[in-house]
Amino acid sequence: MRFKATLENYLFIAPAVVIFSIFYIIPFISVFQLAFFDWDGILPTKIFVGLSNFKEIIFDKIWWQSMWQSGYITLIALTFQNALAFLLAWACDREIRMKNFYRVIFFIPPVLSEVVVGLVWQWILNGNYGILNHWLTDLGLTNLTRNWLSDPNTALTTVAVVHCWKGFGWGFLLFLAGLQTIPRELYEAARVDGANAWNSFKNVTAPLMIPVVVLVAILTILGTMQVFVLIYTMTGGGPGYHTEVPVLRILASMRGSSRFGYACAQGITFGVILCMVSFVQYLVTKKAKA
Amino acid sequence: MKRKNLSAFLGVMLLVLSAGCASKSESGKSITVWHWMTDREPAFRELAARYEAKTGIKVAFELYAPSDAYSQKVRAAAQGANLPDIFGILGEKRDFSSFIKAGFILDLTPYMSEENSKWKNSFFAKALAVNEFAEGNSYGITPGIYGVPIDIMTIEMLYNKSLFKQLGLNPNRPPQTFEEFLDIGPKLKAAKLEGLVSGWGEIWMIDCLANNYAFNIMGKDKVIATIKGEVPYTDPDWIKVLSLFKQMQESGLLANGLVTMVNKTAEQLFANEKAVFAFNGSWCVNVYKGMNSTLDYGAFLAPKASDKFPMAVWGGAGSSFMVNARSRNKEEAVKFLRWLTDAPQQAYLAEATNNLPANKESINKIPEVMATFAKAMDYATHPNLWGVSEFSPVIEAFDKGIQSIVIGEKTPEQVAAEVQKIKERELAKKR
Repeated sequence: MRFKATLENYLFIAPAVVIFSIFYIIPFISVFQLAFFDWDGILPTKIFVGLSNFKEIIFDKIWWQSMWQSGYITLIALTFQNALAFLLAWACDREIRMKNFYRVIFFIPPVLSEVVVGLVWQWILNGNYGILNHWLTDLGLTNLTRNWLSDPNTALTTVAVVHCWKGFGWGFLLFLAGLQTIPRELYEAARVDGANAWNSFKNVTAPLMIPVVVLVAILTILGTMQVFVLIYTMTGGGPGYHTEVPVLRILASMRGSSRFGYACAQGITFGVILCMVSFVQYLVTKKAKA
Repeated sequence: MKRKNLSAFLGVMLLVLSAGCASKSESGKSITVWHWMTDREPAFRELAARYEAKTGIKVAFELYAPSDAYSQKVRAAAQGANLPDIFGILGEKRDFSSFIKAGFILDLTPYMSEENSKWKNSFFAKALAVNEFAEGNSYGITPGIYGVPIDIMTIEMLYNKSLFKQLGLNPNRPPQTFEEFLDIGPKLKAAKLEGLVSGWGEIWMIDCLANNYAFNIMGKDKVIATIKGEVPYTDPDWIKVLSLFKQMQESGLLANGLVTMVNKTAEQLFANEKAVFAFNGSWCVNVYKGMNSTLDYGAFLAPKASDKFPMAVWGGAGSSFMVNARSRNKEEAVKFLRWLTDAPQQAYLAEATNNLPANKESINKIPEVMATFAKAMDYATHPNLWGVSEFSPVIEAFDKGIQSIVIGEKTPEQVAAEVQKIKERELAKKR
């Protein structure tokens, strides 16, 4: 009887286990396996190449350039995007008019399709007929007009700013939720003790928001390092290699060069780097908490 | 109660599994075709209906777009040996050869050779050559014809006749030489018009123009020798090819933001008469018609930069279909493709989709611009016709290098040196 009950339980979870195995575990193992082979994705035969794919990555300048560029976008997202998200969340947490309206508005960009956002911003930033250059001209700032996405001096920063615009809503939502968990009594007590707005922020808001800030920072780093669709839509990695990011390079290896093994090795390298970044963050957070 | 639950669960699982198997058993007289051509879908469906009425064989055209997604689907299906009866391959000839080596593509030579090669002779030779592997090919494929061209494609220069008049140029005489072409640059700047637009953000279109000029400057043999590794990219002729892009940029011929421009944007700019020149494929006739039916434009060969060799045009088979060698319906599939490429069906496809038919017998009644594109088949060249393929990282470095030249970041000499370095690395790996 007990055996039947156990069997029944296993049968009920079997579909989930099968689906998880097929769509998660097997591909995960396959990626590790393929990284040691040279394979074009079509032929049934794969050539074992050992660690040569990983060795090639070490000397792949474009790959490391893409890593650096991804890091640059992440740095802008960590500072500019999160500062904006925090400020807006802080403003909406206060008693201002139409705060619910703002909450909805600020959360619209993250729910939009990245392809749509990319295409709309491409249109706004277009050097020929883009609305941004049009406004700059109207304001008499003609010397600032440029082809934002084709100019190597501005392309990367421009896509980083658009990425921040697209992503700040998530940070806003988490910061707002965090701010709302702070008991109002603490602010009242601070006021009774003579604290002004800055002192309240420094001694009440900031310390209690540290766990949320850490969470948002982790999500920002992991999300931004993997940015792909937006850049693919806006610049395709160009001009030259100026907006290439790791995921675009993996795609180029797989689709452009038909080098599935090398693409898998790049994927593993990238995954390991992300794990290392997360581990460092974990250590820093642990130290901060202590 | 528990037993009931268990029975019900097993029953549902059985149903789900049996439903999954049902479609497999249903074969009979039906053919499945996978394609990516959104613009041709209605015409394909109409032709499928006509074929069914004629033969009783149902043809299901399944559209998977965009082409990137389609390409991945075909590769995934190949890995799982789930390819349909008929499908197309998007990619380089190297990929095509891998599909053949893996046994996924039927050799159509015996069918093409029937009745004194009647079927074979109905096509433009270069359209068929794209699907052909010659004797002693470098891919190690048994010589033969492995695909059926459905339509042909050439990529040419286009110019706006109205804007030509506005610039004080003869609307019936596009530039013939590269110098004449460059001379138009300052006029464009003065008139505040955009010059050449194209999908150079999708880098393969840069490759098309660069190879056209490579053929014009050094000839086919030297281009092939470069791919074989016998001539370096640092050769003066290659530097001359790269320098043309620098000259075009400096003269003001290239549109603002060209290096990240996708072809759709380029088509919009040209159709809306904001750009004087476009570098686009023959499919554009249909696109421009949809965007601006009154657009007055003409097509011409890219202005030659040298008199040593003829100017080449990137082209050949626009899209081709292959028959799955493992399909149980391969005989029916071949018969359907033969019917599809007969003159009446090809004429219907050309009329309905404004694409150039692959069957040369059906090319008589097409508009003037399309006829210009069709005539360009005489000068057509394509990597799939060369018998050798360049390494993908070399192509990428070459095309991205041209982007760097256009944005003034690198000189042609620097780009040539970088490309050659990558070429040597790839050659060393092959050894």
